[in-house]
Formats: sequence, C-alpha cells, structure tokens
Amino acid sequence: MENQITRLDWLGRAFVGLCVVVAVAVPVLALLPDKNSAFFVPPYVVALLGKYICFAILAVALDLVWGYCGILSLGHGAFFALGGYAMGMYLMRQIGARGVYANPILPDFMVFLNWKELPVAWWGFNHFAYAGVMILFVPGVLAFAFGWFAFRSRVTGVYLSIITQALTYALKLAFFRNDFGFGGNNGLTDFKDIFGANVQSDATRAALFSASILALAGAYVLSKAIVSSKYGKTLIAIRDSESRVRFLGYRVENFKLFVFVVSAMMAGIAGALYVPQVGIINPSEFDPGNSIEAVIWVAVGGRGTLVGAALGALIVNYSKTFLTGGGLMWIGALLDPVLNYLPGSIGRIIRLFVDTLTGPEGWTAALGLLFILVTLFLPKGILGLFLDTARHNAPAKAAAPAPAPAEEAHS
Amino acid sequence: MIRRWLALLIFVVSASLAYADGLDDTLARFQQDKFPETAKAIAELAVSGAPNAAVLLDALGDNRLFIDAGAHQLVYKTASGDVFNAKTNEKLPGVDDSNLKKVRVNNSLRSAIDAAIGSLSLANPDVGKRIGAAEAVFKSRDAKALPAVEAALARETDPRAKAALEFARGAILVTNSSSPLADRLAAISTLKARADQDSASLLGEVIDKADNPELKAAAQSALVSVKSNLALWNLVQNLWYGVSASSVLLLAAIGLAITFGVMGVINMAHGEMVMLGAYATFVVQSLLPPSWSQWSLAISLPVAFAVSACVGMLIERFVIRFLYGRPLETLLATWGVSLILQQAVRTLFGANNRQVTAPAFMSGSFPLGGLEIGSGRLWIIALAILVFVALQLVLRMTSFGLRMRAVTQNRRMASAMGISTDLIDMFAFALGSGIAGIAGVALSQIDNVSPNLGQGYIIDSFMVVVLGGVGNLWGTLLGAVVLGLANKLLEPIIGAVLAKILLLVCIILFIQKRPRGLFALKGRAVEA
Repeated sequence: MENQITRLDWLGRAFVGLCVVVAVAVPVLALLPDKNSAFFVPPYVVALLGKYICFAILAVALDLVWGYCGILSLGHGAFFALGGYAMGMYLMRQIGARGVYANPILPDFMVFLNWKELPVAWWGFNHFAYAGVMILFVPGVLAFAFGWFAFRSRVTGVYLSIITQALTYALKLAFFRNDFGFGGNNGLTDFKDIFGANVQSDATRAALFSASILALAGAYVLSKAIVSSKYGKTLIAIRDSESRVRFLGYRVENFKLFVFVVSAMMAGIAGALYVPQVGIINPSEFDPGNSIEAVIWVAVGGRGTLVGAALGALIVNYSKTFLTGGGLMWIGALLDPVLNYLPGSIGRIIRLFVDTLTGPEGWTAALGLLFILVTLFLPKGILGLFLDTARHNAPAKAAAPAPAPAEEAHS
Repeated sequence: MIRRWLALLIFVVSASLAYADGLDDTLARFQQDKFPETAKAIAELAVSGAPNAAVLLDALGDNRLFIDAGAHQLVYKTASGDVFNAKTNEKLPGVDDSNLKKVRVNNSLRSAIDAAIGSLSLANPDVGKRIGAAEAVFKSRDAKALPAVEAALARETDPRAKAALEFARGAILVTNSSSPLADRLAAISTLKARADQDSASLLGEVIDKADNPELKAAAQSALVSVKSNLALWNLVQNLWYGVSASSVLLLAAIGLAITFGVMGVINMAHGEMVMLGAYATFVVQSLLPPSWSQWSLAISLPVAFAVSACVGMLIERFVIRFLYGRPLETLLATWGVSLILQQAVRTLFGANNRQVTAPAFMSGSFPLGGLEIGSGRLWIIALAILVFVALQLVLRMTSFGLRMRAVTQNRRMASAMGISTDLIDMFAFALGSGIAGIAGVALSQIDNVSPNLGQGYIIDSFMVVVLGGVGNLWGTLLGAVVLGLANKLLEPIIGAVLAKILLLVCIILFIQKRPRGLFALKGRAVEA
C-alpha cells in the first residue's frame, strides 16, 4: 500500500492526503468543540457527509468499470444494496431481544410473519467476521456469475447496460417480497448497536464517517493501482477497441470479469458503510433510477479519472440536498418586483413555474438537465475539463515536450 | 304470412280467455283478505301467466293493493297514487280513498311474493331477463321454484334460455334429497355439461351429502370431468391474457425497436413518449364535447402520434444528433430527457392519476365459451395488429422505409449511396416516438394515466427488443408474444413477481446463446 501511494501522481496524493486529513478533522470537530463554537460540526452534517462519502466510493467503483473498461453498468446500485443488506442483517441480529417482540434470535419482521426458525441465509450474521466476508462475497459472486455469462458471450455496449438494469430491477422485485426473507417492503431498520456501540451516538457516527472516508481513500488507491498496472493498460485498450485487443490474443472476457468483480465488491463495501449511517436499507435501493444516478455522478466529475468520480458524487449529492431543501426558493421572491409589472396573470404563472423549478420538486428536472448538459457539453466531466486546461497550458509555460504521454508512462 | 299472424292472434286471444276465469278466482281470494287465501292467490298468480301479474305482486308487496269496498273490486295504486282496476288494468278516476281497504301481508307472504316475482321473470318476454332469472334460481336452488322452472322450460324456445333453465332445474333436483334417483342422476349429467366453477362446487356439495353410492360415484366422475374442463378453459383464459399482454408489449416496444435498429441508440425517454400519448388522450377527451365522446379515442390516435412524434423529433434534433457514435452517452442523455418530461407533466397536470374514460363500445366484456373477453383488450389487440401491419407496409413499400432499412443494415454504405442518414435518423426517431404515443392511447385504457406511466413499461419493452433483435419487426413481434405469453402462463403458477424475475433471468441466459436477439442482422461486421 505504501508503495502504491508513493507512486501516485500529484492529484492522487492530494486526494489521499485530503481524505486522511478529513478523516481525522471531522470527528475531532464533531466531538471536541463546544456546541456553539464556529468550528463545531453538528451530528446531522457528519451523517450527511458520511452518506456522500459512501456514494463517492460507489462512484469510484463505477468509474473503474465504466471509465477504464467501457462497461456502462446500470446495475451497480444492486451491488451497493447487497452489501448494505449484508450489513443490515448483521445489525438486525445485534438488536437481539430488544426488538418489539423481544425474540432473542428472530428479527421482528420474522416474528411478525410467524416464522419459527431463522432462515439459512441469516445464519452466522451475528458475527461481524462472517457478515464482513458476506459484504464482499455476495456482490462479488453475483458480479462473477453475471459477468461470466455476459462477457463470454460478448454482450457489450447498450445491450450490457440494459441487462444490468434488468438485473437490478429483478433484484428489486425479489427483495420486495416478504417470503424472500429480507424484510420485504420495509427492509431492515431500527438498528441499535454496531460492535457494541450505539449506532445513533455521535461518537459512533464520527467513527463511521472516518471509516467511510478511509475506505474511499483505500478504494481509490486500489483502483489507481489496478489502472496504472500493465493489466490496467490492457483494460484501457479493451475500452478503446475491444476486438483489436482480442485479435492480439488477450482473453478479453477474463480482464473484464476481474475488474467487474473488484468493482462490485467495492460497491458492496460502500453499501455496508452506508446502511449504519442512514439507519435503514430497503428494496428501493435497488431501483434502476439509483444506479443511473450513480452513473451521472461519474459523468459530472469526469469519467476515467477516479478522483473526478468521487468529486462528482459529492457535488451532485450536495446539489440535491441543497435544491430539495429549497436552497434556491429565494429566486422567485427576487423576481417579484419585475413580475408584478407584467399584465394579467402572466407574472403569477412565471412565478409558479420558477417556484416549481427551484422548489423540492424541481430536483428531478434539474437532474435531467444535468444529464443532458454534461453528456452534450462536458463529455470529460469537470475534472477532465480542468486537467485538459492544465495540460494545454503546461507546454506553453515549461516548454516540456509532450507531457501527457510522459505522465501516463510514469504514473 | 297473414294467416300466420292470424293464427298467432287467435292463440294469444284464446290464451288470455283461458286464464281470464282463473284470474277472477285468484282476485276473489285476495278480496277475502285472509293470509292462507292470499298465499294461495300469490301462488296462482305466479303460474297464471296473467300480463299484469308482476304489477299486482309488486303492488301487494308494497302495500299498494286495495279492496274497493264500495265497488267490490280489487284495485291497485301506482307509486304516484293513481288507482287502477286490478282485473282490467283500467284507470279508475275519482275513487274515494276512504273506501279502500289494504290487502294485508306478513313476512312469510312477503317471501312468497319475492319467490313468485322471481318465477314470473322466468316468463319475462326479454330473453336476457329470463336467463338472468334462471341463473338466480340456479344459484339459490330453491325447491319451491321447481314448478315455475318446469313450466318455463315447457314453453321456452330460445336455446340459451332453455339451457339456463335446464341447469336451474338440475341444480334444484340434484340438491334435493327427496327427488327420485333417476332425476338426480340426469341432473348430474346436466351439471357436467355446464362445466363451470358453480357446477363444480355444486357437485362437491352433492358428493359430501350423498347417501346413495351410485349417486356419489356419478357425481365424482362428473366432478373430475368438470374440473379438467375448467382447467382447460383456465389455460385458454391465461392464453388470452397472454395475447392481450403481448399486444401491449408490442405497441410499447415496436417504436423502441425502430429507433434502436436504425440509430443503435436506446431511447430511455421512450416510456415518456408513451406517457405523453396517454396525456394527449386525456387532453383530447376533456376538450371534446360530450356528444363526441364515442370518437375521443379515434381522434386521440393521430393527436397522440403527432405530439409524441414532435417531441421525439425535438429530442433528436437538440440532443441525440450531437451524440452520434456514443450510444452510452445517448442512453444517459435520454434518461435526462425522461426525467425532465416526467417533471414537466407533473407540473402541468399534477402528480395524481388522470381519468380517461372508455367509449361505450370499448368497455365491458362478453363471454366466449368459458372465456371472459374484455372489449377494451380486444380493441388494443386490433390496434397492435394494425400498427404492426402499417409499419411493415411503411418499411417495405415506401421509399422512406427502404432508406430506413438501408441505414439499419449498413449506415456508412447507405450514406455513400446518397441517403441522407441525418434526415433518416430524424424521421425514424419521430416515427418510433409517434408509435409510442399511439401505445399511450391504448395504455390510457388499461392503466393509470400518471407521470410514471412510462416507467412501468420501459424495462419490459427493452426485454422485448433484446429478445427479438433489431433485424426486423418480426423479431419484435415474436419477442412480445413470447414474453407476454410466458409471463401470463407463469403468473398463476408461481406468482406475478417470481414470473417476472424468472423471465429476466431467462433472457439473461438467452442472450448467452444469441447475443443479438432472435432476429439478428447478418453481416460481416465484428461489432455492431
């Protein structure tokens, strides 16, 4: 790991450094200062940031397969949710006899459904070691089975995307069923403890936040290591011209399969860290819309940059919180002096329109607009644009010959 | 001809003369106003065949039958208070109310009146009413109705009404343990011929109660045959549901197949084109005057096509055109379009479901054998076939279709031959979207018209395209039929959700074998 970090480029080092600083700083500022202090980070902010960071891990995982291997997975939300369910099952078993029905073995919903025994799928989840293995194993096995079939039969492009979407859709339907054994519609919630500590307490939240952001740094370092290796070069070649790589004698499907499984496991970890911080996991996490939203994080930040993916997740999710919280509602009031001069009810209609767009409902439209604008005008994302400009300016300043290939060679 | 009419007239007149004397006696019984006599009178009236029997019984039940003490005659009042002579049905003006004495009824008489009215409707001139009455007797299997049923059976000429009466008679006989064994055995074979859920439960009851081994055995063998018959009809019914689901899938997917085939891009906003079509139907329906409501759907079809096609054309011009050669980005951008369209519709029309009513000829259902066929579904199937045929004609017979097929098969070669692929893209996208709009008109009849309407169909439509391939429309048809039938046949066995999951898994496995669907384009290109 140490070795990998020293091999990172300046952007990577800055990112990992920032992660470590935040991982220390946020818990300190959340727990130590006085509540009225300017440096105090309130608990809800910690929880919110933790949620964003989990999404950022998912974005990095997605960027690994989409940005570097050209696999546009519209089903990565499924791996995220599966990891989350594995964690949720551990947390459910930790509730023990403190549930509504006070059954020491069975979670409440099973008692409610009149089940007498713990289903096999739930065995062992009272030990975190087992749950931890499952967090990696379940998404990994699903990704392996799916990728095995899909990549060997050379399902690519939009076909693959649609099939991944169908996969997460099928899982959503399955998890909605009560008899599937994972809480049905309501999912898993009412968690009490994690490793014996209260899952709601400020200290636990701060610790979970730190764990999340360190996991983000870890995911980044691992992904960077993969894409900078010889293996990673082949991945990029597959992305750019799959058949050419195949004709050169590479087993393309094996390359794709490995990176797909690794990415799915990362998504699983993200989901596992997400669940204790939001306190619930239910089948709506499998919604195809969630997976596509994750893709837009990567697109906004810049695909094929890893750091950009994480950045995109943070920017888009912060915007979502800001806009759905009515962060731009003041625009309507600002327009009023002008609108009042308009004849008839035109002013009122415009006001209503502006209010709808800036209000909580407007987020859907804003997100849609973001999809269109980013794909049309920002194909490399924010970070891609920034790096391009930086590269463009570099030769003029230093007159160094062809910095871009040189950078790739030593990274 | 005239002789036949004359004969009929004579028959009617003599028949009315025949019961005229009987009616006098019956009315005299009412005039005595004693419960046993009234009961007899009710029973006589029920079988008399008198034209005003139903009116009199109705009046009796409502306490509107009176004895006119002054004129010694029976009269009845209508609900509005006019007084009529019970025998001659003539209006009696200026009857003194103080002279009228009510014919008293008690509860047991009331139930006798109800039964009598029921058996009277067995003689109703309307065939539908007679069948309804016979069905009611079949369900109640009241032994007291047997004479009325047998009387009705003797004079019944309509074959369907006759069958219904036979069933009613069978149901009475078979459940009545005092009826002769031969009759009960015959009744069992009648019920066996009926072969529906009601006769199955009736036979089950007979088996439970039967004291006679011969009867029990007969009922058991009849039940087996009824059950296998029912299972068969059930299968046919599910097949019908499957065909119906296939037609919906075909309508929703065929536009997607066109755009995907021609341009190689997946339009994630396709479901929203369907949604726009459904809302266009709603708008057309609310703008039309009520007298035109029969035509609302016929008018909606071109309107929905035009609306969705225009929106589709705009999307192609302003978004997709610039993403040429980047199918994955197109997928994302059109997803964005779908979000915006959903929000726009939600802002304009509200998030609640909108009501689109079906014209009279499309609502309701009719039985066909053991099938229940919804008229609306039938029209949707017809529409799907029509759209399919029309599209095939456009693709095969027009120069636009020729160009479109050329671009589908080899874009660069088509371009080299002087086809403006840019224009073809635009019109193909408009066409595909317009057909989605037509699908929206159909879906507005069977689904809730809400901003989320399209999302429910989009994944299924994709599956149809993935299964059928983009080579030609027959693939789409086959894909839709296979998915629709498989879904509806699996549903009763393993439930709707599991059926869907199983199908998705099957499709994922299927594309292992045929990654480009059932009808793939044949060519030498390594990659599509």
